[in-house]
Amino acid sequence: MAITLNTPRAERKTVTDHAVRLDGVSKSFGRPGTGQVVLDTIDLTVAPGEFVTLLGASGCGKSTLLNLVAGLDEPSAGTIDVPGGRPALMFQEHALFPWLTAGKNIELALKLRGLPRSERRQEAERLLELVRLKGTHGKRVHELSGGMRQRVALARALAQKSRLLLMDEPFAALDAITRDVLHEELTRVWEETGLSVLFVTHNVREAVRLAQRVVLLSSRPGRVVREWDVDIPQPRRIEDAHVSALSVEITDQLRKEIRRHGQH
Amino acid sequence: MASTDRTTEPSPNAGTPDGAPRGRTRENGDLADLEAGLDALETAPRTERPSIGRLLLAKAVPPLIAVTLVLTVWQLAYMAELKPDYVLPGPLDVWATLERMWLQGTLLEYIWVSVSRGVSGFAIAVVLGTPLGLLIARFTVVRAAIGPIVTGLQSLPSIAWVPAAIIWFGLSNGTIYAVILLGAVPSIANGIVAGVDQIPPLYLRAGRTLGARGLTAIRHVMLPAALPGYIAGLKQGWAFSWRSLMAAELIVHSPALGTGLGQLMENFRTLQDMSGVLASILLILLVGIAIDLLFFSPLERRVLRGRGLLGRTA
Repeated sequence: MAITLNTPRAERKTVTDHAVRLDGVSKSFGRPGTGQVVLDTIDLTVAPGEFVTLLGASGCGKSTLLNLVAGLDEPSAGTIDVPGGRPALMFQEHALFPWLTAGKNIELALKLRGLPRSERRQEAERLLELVRLKGTHGKRVHELSGGMRQRVALARALAQKSRLLLMDEPFAALDAITRDVLHEELTRVWEETGLSVLFVTHNVREAVRLAQRVVLLSSRPGRVVREWDVDIPQPRRIEDAHVSALSVEITDQLRKEIRRHGQH
Repeated sequence: MASTDRTTEPSPNAGTPDGAPRGRTRENGDLADLEAGLDALETAPRTERPSIGRLLLAKAVPPLIAVTLVLTVWQLAYMAELKPDYVLPGPLDVWATLERMWLQGTLLEYIWVSVSRGVSGFAIAVVLGTPLGLLIARFTVVRAAIGPIVTGLQSLPSIAWVPAAIIWFGLSNGTIYAVILLGAVPSIANGIVAGVDQIPPLYLRAGRTLGARGLTAIRHVMLPAALPGYIAGLKQGWAFSWRSLMAAELIVHSPALGTGLGQLMENFRTLQDMSGVLASILLILLVGIAIDLLFFSPLERRVLRGRGLLGRTA
């Protein structure tokens, strides 16, 4: 691991040319030939330090794609290259272990990463501070609000010190105010750490609000339909006119994709 | 809070190509305030713990009233002479029997003989039932092979094992322990199987993404996640141990074995001493309740409360 979380962004660029690369990745469940094709020859590259959102309606295989990249499942065809090792993954539910405190959840991730015991406590405190949850180390998961839990989950994901962070609709279950704040928070953490992020969502505005690049997937089977570079400078707000304008364009395309399914 | 954050945190954006100028850090301060406000709003205010006196009033008074009612009805039935007093003795007669055994110094001995048997039988059942349950939970072949048998054994009354056990082991402690184990092991094994089956798959996936595989995954994810189900299994396992022990003690007695509560009751029956029989039943009930109240319930509450699965006042 030549790269640490604290290295400034500029120095990171040249190590590899991609944080993850998918070449012709397909995934079908059931028997070959008769089974359902969920993902169809996906080509996708996320550059180091890049923030990419994957957008699509239900059944586009977004979550399946993340599972493949996370190594929780094997593709039926094609190759996936993740040069930084096992990626971190955040789920829609916080997935924190309720038998551990917030801090101990992070320390478990540190332990599994191989960090010596003596350094874990301090590193966990540092990560909690990074997501602005100083002083919650000893709190039980159920004592935290939904937004705080997702921030602990983010800190736990960062504790893996992976260069690639996968996020599977992590804010979908939160209320709008909290979600808005966490968008800012995630943008800030991403800028501070220089992680590559592959963020899955079905919320078009969220995708545009966060990403440098939005990738639209079709449904059944999931294919890459189109990509948009988002040139709006950060900090953005979800209400910004530029964000809205691009969201309308992408939504139109998404609706066109969805309509195709009603026509046979 | 926010202002100290701004000065102590290293300013990561400064000097980076895409970092915004000063205005950004100012926004970060606002965001920190906003977040602190949201966190404060969304975190439920800590409910105050009720005082010990209030807790005692709420927990101890209702059962006391219930017991008093039962005793009153019993005493009235006795005074009305519904049945002759050698068939239905009054509460005071039973109390006198207990007092006599206490003064003779034999009461604690009877209790100790049974409790020590019950506890050591239960301990052996835990040692055998836990790995058995883990094997059933983890390996589909093992589950298919013996899962239904273990579940079925649970519904077999353990007293049904007594005649067979006597033929195998004679009138010995071996018989008593065999009956306890046949009653408690399936229950504990089933408890851990249920505990493992109820683990939300999300925890296992999260564990795998964090890099927990094999034994590490069992130790750090599966076992702690299965703990509530396991404790419920242990609790039930104790109930089965205690019941099986009483069944065995009622039938298996010889001078060499010493007198437990079951044997005590059988002795009173042969003497036609109904107060003694009722006193024995009372003792068996009280020991069962005491072990649950002093050991299993606090343990279960602690685990569930730690996970937010139990209200603070419950």
